[in-house]
Amino acid sequence: MSFLQILWFILIGVLFAGFFFLDGFDFGVGMATRSLAHNEDERSQIIETIGPVWDGNEVWLITAGGAMFASFPYWYATLFSGYYLILLMILFGLIIRGVSFEFRTASDPKKQHIWSSALALGSLIVPFFLGVMFVSMIQGMPIDANGNMSAGFFDYFNVMSVVGGVALVLLTYLHGLNYIALKTLGDIRERARNYAAFLYWILYAGLVVFAVLLFFQTDFFQVRPLGTLITVALIVCFAVLGHIATFKGNEMLAFISSGLTMVSLVAMIFVGMFPRVMISSISDKYDLLIQNASSTSYTLTVMTIATICLLPFVLAYTIWSYWIFRKRIALPVVHTAEVVK
Amino acid sequence: MDIVDLARFQFAMTTVFHFFFVPFSIGTAFVVAILETFYVRTKNEAYKKLAKFWGNIFLLSFAVGVVTGLIQEFQFGMNWSDYSRFMGDIFGAPLALEALLSFFIESTFIGLWMFTWDRVKKGTHLFFMWMVCFGTLTSALWILAANSFMQHPVGYAIKGGRAEMVDFFALLKNPQLWFEYGHVILAALTMGGVVLAGLTAFQMLKKDTTKEAKGLYKKSMRLGLWMAMIFSVGTILVGDFQMKYLVTEQPMKFAATEAIYETTGDPAPWTAVGIADTKNHTVKYKVDIPVLLSLLSYNKPSGSVKGMDEINAEMKEKYGTTIDGTKMDYIPPVNTLFWSFRVMAGFGAWIILVSFVGLLMTRKKKETLYKRRWMLWALALTTFVPFIANTAGWFITEFGRYPWTVYGLFTIQQSVSPNVSVTSLLISNIVYFTLFTTLAIVMIGLVKRQLQNDPTQMQGHGYADKILDPFDKGAF
Repeated sequence: MSFLQILWFILIGVLFAGFFFLDGFDFGVGMATRSLAHNEDERSQIIETIGPVWDGNEVWLITAGGAMFASFPYWYATLFSGYYLILLMILFGLIIRGVSFEFRTASDPKKQHIWSSALALGSLIVPFFLGVMFVSMIQGMPIDANGNMSAGFFDYFNVMSVVGGVALVLLTYLHGLNYIALKTLGDIRERARNYAAFLYWILYAGLVVFAVLLFFQTDFFQVRPLGTLITVALIVCFAVLGHIATFKGNEMLAFISSGLTMVSLVAMIFVGMFPRVMISSISDKYDLLIQNASSTSYTLTVMTIATICLLPFVLAYTIWSYWIFRKRIALPVVHTAEVVK
Repeated sequence: MDIVDLARFQFAMTTVFHFFFVPFSIGTAFVVAILETFYVRTKNEAYKKLAKFWGNIFLLSFAVGVVTGLIQEFQFGMNWSDYSRFMGDIFGAPLALEALLSFFIESTFIGLWMFTWDRVKKGTHLFFMWMVCFGTLTSALWILAANSFMQHPVGYAIKGGRAEMVDFFALLKNPQLWFEYGHVILAALTMGGVVLAGLTAFQMLKKDTTKEAKGLYKKSMRLGLWMAMIFSVGTILVGDFQMKYLVTEQPMKFAATEAIYETTGDPAPWTAVGIADTKNHTVKYKVDIPVLLSLLSYNKPSGSVKGMDEINAEMKEKYGTTIDGTKMDYIPPVNTLFWSFRVMAGFGAWIILVSFVGLLMTRKKKETLYKRRWMLWALALTTFVPFIANTAGWFITEFGRYPWTVYGLFTIQQSVSPNVSVTSLLISNIVYFTLFTTLAIVMIGLVKRQLQNDPTQMQGHGYADKILDPFDKGAF
């Protein structure tokens, strides 16, 4: 295993972590349009909090996919062809969510609710199936000597992968609620905080079940006991920290904590997988390894140079954009009485 | 039906649909950037209103372009996993760079542009739009670099059963890339002009369009016509270079485009129309124009052009009569190529003609265009022409690569995912087909709705202005 191969394995992890941190709250806000907001005005209010930034956040996923293709083509080929119908669902969700913003704005006010629902549905589908995909992946899938996966329904959908899918939905939803609390004024800000404070209790239950299943259904605790323990501890710590921050009304800390909970989850997956990229349930001889799934060192070098040159700019204008849209969004009838700290 | 047919059908369907919106977005982004530049330079509010008005149409197209592009990135792994294994070392890099350099820019700056009218300095706002343009233009470069490698592989070595990159810059110096890029970008800008002029013509035809609105539309009309004429001439010129390049680089594609089975005499005649009999390797009902093909191929009135039968024999010798146990025939679908070319070129010429006539009829002193409804109708209907011409152009490029995915290196048969079932492919084809039909219907409906707005009353993007203010009271 070369330095570059390990670097790119980590970078893929960073890209997915960035995706969940950023687009994670977009999914949460999307789901909140149907579950938290009471009317189309409130929907417009919370949609506006992500309106200018969601598209850029989604690019983290596109970049993760592209980078996986470029740096680990065998991983990309096995994962994407193996999870065919799951990815079809993810694409379906991304598509209806992606068009809903613009279509909602452009459509007849009477029909706006259709696109609010499309937004909510898409935002629910994507994290659920991503959760199912990643969690079934770490349990090992039937991959043959040629790296081709031919899995059955229960390989994709088992107790643990469904728990994983639901957990990811819950995490993105909480992250979205924390974001709404941070970015709005008025009733909905209060409501988001209350919802979040309650939902954390359910998350804890989910995390306990997940940790137990992780012990029995994967080899993470045997292969990387220390790394797995640390990352699981981090997930729990950030969840608790977020919960406390929600109670205390520290919205920024709550938001960052819920983001870091998901980052820790991605870290856990990548730590436990290392040095594998795909685990075969048929035989560990068929595991796809970092070593033999990657591109040539020449391609990795080109990609590394390009990333070093481009990523700082991406981060710079992304931060600039968030800075420009840093203020809270209010309803048309501004709650002037509310004291803003 | 087998998996190869289904996967090919899906690729064709998703790419064609995606490519309705790509050039539409590139072209209209450029239109909006130009209009806003006029506004910033002249301080004439009319251009600001127009930029907002056409900006809304651009945003709709961009949204559909983005989501259909997602399918493109995923389907290489989903439907063509063996291709991804074979080509990943080369193909992935431009794709990742496209995301890193272009997609981030496009999507971030489009958000900034949409929501900051009148909230940042005029120049800054204009900068946002030009960044979006920069993003769209560079994104096309990267994806075409990947496509050009498939048409004309360069800077690689075959090792361990896959193509490995040995020279990244060879990918960018690939002559195929620059012909393709020039042709595609100019066609996209042409489309921007045609759509602008065409939709404006629809607006002028409406009975209830106010006098003030008409004043604005006249400005769009001139800009649209100028763009359509200049860029379509450019497209055809680059297309001509590209065809001459094909004569030597992909003679099979060239011969199929001109339906030449037997090597021609010297000088070579050009077959204007005809129907290829693909069984007996003859062309029926053909109308020949003497010497023209020599002129088109070599810029001189002499020289013969090799026919498909001869090239097929050569290729069989070079690559074998079977690859991986599949019997090979290297002749692509002749009629598709032959007619796609004529449709594309014919429509290209049509665009030049109508935009030229349109420009003549809108000269300052005598604006006769707006009184001649037949001409407005001609322009209005021309709106749909670039969509067909672009599709036809890609048919030539992609069907003409048959039976290869990577020319001379890897066949379509070898590329497909071996582990994806017919059922899965059927499901995904049905899902995409349903989605695309729905999106197309909604999209047309929403564009029509946008066109009902009065450009003189433009308030900018949706609720951002009407209800909520991101810069409202309160802060962190």
